[in-house]
Amino acid sequence: MIELKDICKTFRVSKRNAGLKEAFKSFFRREYTCIQALDNVSFTINEGEMVGYIGPNGAGKSSTIKIMSGILTPDSGRCIINGRTPWKDRIAHVKEIGVVFGQRSQLWWDVPVIDSFELIKDIYRIDGSTYNKNLNELTELLDIGEIIRTPARQLSLGQRMRCEIAASLLHSPRILFLDEPTIGLDAVSKTAVRQFIKTINKERKTTVILTTHDMQDIEALTERIILIGKGKILLDGILDQLKKRNSTHKKLSVDYLGDGSSLSVLPDGMHLLDNLDGHAKIAVDTSILPVSNAIACLSKNMEITDISITGSTVEEMVVTLYEEFQI
Amino acid sequence: MKKYLSLFRIRFIHGLQYRAAAWAGVSTQFAWGSMTILMFWAFYQNSGNRFPMTFHQLSTYIWLQQAFLSLFMSWYFDNDIFESIIRGHVAYELCRPVDIYTMWFLKNMSVRLSRAVLRCMPILIAAVFLPKPFSVSPPADLTGALMFFVSISLGFLLMVAFSMLIYITAFTTISPLGIRILAVSTLEFFTGAIIPLPFFPEGLQKIMAILPFAYMQSTPFLIYIGSIMGPDILIGVLLQMIWLLMLILTGRTLMKKALKKVVIQGG
Repeated sequence: MIELKDICKTFRVSKRNAGLKEAFKSFFRREYTCIQALDNVSFTINEGEMVGYIGPNGAGKSSTIKIMSGILTPDSGRCIINGRTPWKDRIAHVKEIGVVFGQRSQLWWDVPVIDSFELIKDIYRIDGSTYNKNLNELTELLDIGEIIRTPARQLSLGQRMRCEIAASLLHSPRILFLDEPTIGLDAVSKTAVRQFIKTINKERKTTVILTTHDMQDIEALTERIILIGKGKILLDGILDQLKKRNSTHKKLSVDYLGDGSSLSVLPDGMHLLDNLDGHAKIAVDTSILPVSNAIACLSKNMEITDISITGSTVEEMVVTLYEEFQI
Repeated sequence: MKKYLSLFRIRFIHGLQYRAAAWAGVSTQFAWGSMTILMFWAFYQNSGNRFPMTFHQLSTYIWLQQAFLSLFMSWYFDNDIFESIIRGHVAYELCRPVDIYTMWFLKNMSVRLSRAVLRCMPILIAAVFLPKPFSVSPPADLTGALMFFVSISLGFLLMVAFSMLIYITAFTTISPLGIRILAVSTLEFFTGAIIPLPFFPEGLQKIMAILPFAYMQSTPFLIYIGSIMGPDILIGVLLQMIWLLMLILTGRTLMKKALKKVVIQGG
């Protein structure tokens, strides 16, 4: 059970203009601007939930994760995780959580991965049988049996990321924070990682909080999403409902022969977005005009060589949301 | 406690594997020690009777210094730790159920100790077989020998406790280089790493006695050669303990403050 209430955090950033004179001036008097990284952030996440935490760069995602994992101390607000305040009770708190920062490594660079695992075993005081059970399960699920005897520096990014995730789950945490776990991974590794996260959430009932920019991650994994922008929670809801809300808009991409002059007059519910060299993009509002009718209408007036319909992918939905909230 | 022990163990083993570096270190330190001793020899030829210790005592001091150099080297800092503070990898360390101060303290201890273990014996053994005034002499007496072990352990811990303060400053400065250079020069001079402290003028020695630096390598080595004797040994060891306690408490307090304000930069 995770509960955040009115969490605020500001950072002080020093600023100066370019140039020697300015640099000299800043030596004596420095100008700072305060950046409100988190502004009254509140949400509750229940045990066993899987939540996607999304937002553009610099929205405050990582800061929230860092507060929840006890690294950062917020300026004000309350955060109770499993009955503890992370930054006050850090050592007891971190025993129950696992954290993966996609952009950093927790594995020991020049020794085999298994040595890092052993060290983690001692640090968390995992008893022998639990450790072996977890290790076997994790190596099998993540398919890392072959590579854990290799030094971390010689692993590919995808292999390393799988080892990182395994490392953060060895002590059977109740909560797993994943900060961009699929950043920079190829399609195969991404799928493997996603599949694994899903299994862990289902079988171990581990609460998973995931930040990502990859909307396929969100689509494949989470039911609930929390959208943050400029430090504020903008939206907290079920992904499917959001999709429904946005699914009335479809996009048609049309390749045609001829000059396309007929596109200048379109019926109600259709809206020309783009028209270039025999390639047009048209938005269709399906609440006014069904897609089939729209296609029929187009093909009546011109010769179509290719057509594709894109619905509201999560990606587009998020773009719409970002636009809607102007973040 | 077990988790800290295994942290120590893994680092220690890691440190032991650099054999080539150890041999290179042994030969460098042997050469360095020989040169220092010969330099002092030249001074002793002229006015040896005016110096605060006999030449044989001085040779012993220099050899002990070279043999245990890794325990007291002032320029050694674990770049991993600076790196983890500056680049923000400390984030992961903060996600572990360990006390960061203790962990870094042990990490430093294990690296220094593993180096010393590999290097001290070859140097000491070779120095024993050198001709008389240039060789290393046995300890002054049994009490001296015992107290030397107590004192060198305390001095070593004091050294690590002091370098912890330098690591912690990295939390507040973007680049710790300046403070590092300052700390290294101060240490080299005031610990007696360049010239043994009894050779300094009396006034300066009085100032040094109230600073923590004299209690790092100087106290144990002077106990060994018999320059510090009788009740002075106990006073020396007591002061070592007091400084150790003070530096650790300061370090812990500063660390706590730094962690409260920590900002993990870059994502």
